[in-house]
Amino acid sequence: MSRSRNVAPLRSSTRRSAPIFAALGDETRLRLLARLCRDGPQSITRLAADSDITRQAITKHLRRMQAAGVLRASKAGRERVWEVDPASLDEAGQYLRAISEQWDAALARLERFVEA
Amino acid sequence: MPAAASDRIEKRILLRASRDRVWRALTDSHEFGTWFGMRFTEPFAAGKRMTATIVPTAVDRETAAMQKQFEGLTVEIVVERIEPKRLFSYRWHPGAVDPKVDYGQEPMTLVEFVLDDAEAGILLTVTESGFDKIPLARRASAFSGNDDGWTKVVTLIEKYLEQKP
Repeated sequence: MSRSRNVAPLRSSTRRSAPIFAALGDETRLRLLARLCRDGPQSITRLAADSDITRQAITKHLRRMQAAGVLRASKAGRERVWEVDPASLDEAGQYLRAISEQWDAALARLERFVEA
Repeated sequence: MPAAASDRIEKRILLRASRDRVWRALTDSHEFGTWFGMRFTEPFAAGKRMTATIVPTAVDRETAAMQKQFEGLTVEIVVERIEPKRLFSYRWHPGAVDPKVDYGQEPMTLVEFVLDDAEAGILLTVTESGFDKIPLARRASAFSGNDDGWTKVVTLIEKYLEQKP
């Protein structure tokens, strides 16, 4: 077959990562992300405090990264606190690879079972 | 409906056995459970929602030892189609082995087994699709414990921003 058993899942994980990189393909978003990585979880108020862009613009950027699974938000009192989802980037690929390996193992068992 | 490559896993394996033998191993729920490592109490039927119990596989000792930790957990499957000796499909929650999680409300993936004749036996194609609908949080929590990816990206971002103030 043209597609080897090992290539397909790797290609899938690359495709899956594309939305994440698209969400990061903007300088403002990269700065916000770097800041959340460096300084830890923060509210929009704090992120906006020493920035020259508006709260609304920051919210829009954060939501874009949230939609791509890069960031997550949690409620802390009246504020939403934003943080990097530490696992997000590698997870999608890792998840498919793990399931793919489970299938390899299951099919090896089936092979042994029917060829016995 | 053609799914995106990111949405599916596809595997092919050549089985040196007759079509009847492969078909029985897949669609006799007892036989399926024997190699897969699950116990079903009823036969498969199209459209049927069934609960299986994880039991160590009888086929491979190493896998059986690994499955031991999940023994007794239940797995829900919904049989989709049974086209005699050609196609068998069902839906389930992939990687749903965390007893603390209620997977009931989440979308299921579709697993499809297709049998084709090959020179020396049967070419079996297994496709699991629908991963794009699985919540990212679930995919993350299922296989966490590796933040290498992020560490690398953050380093790259910081470098990039240093060069481009």
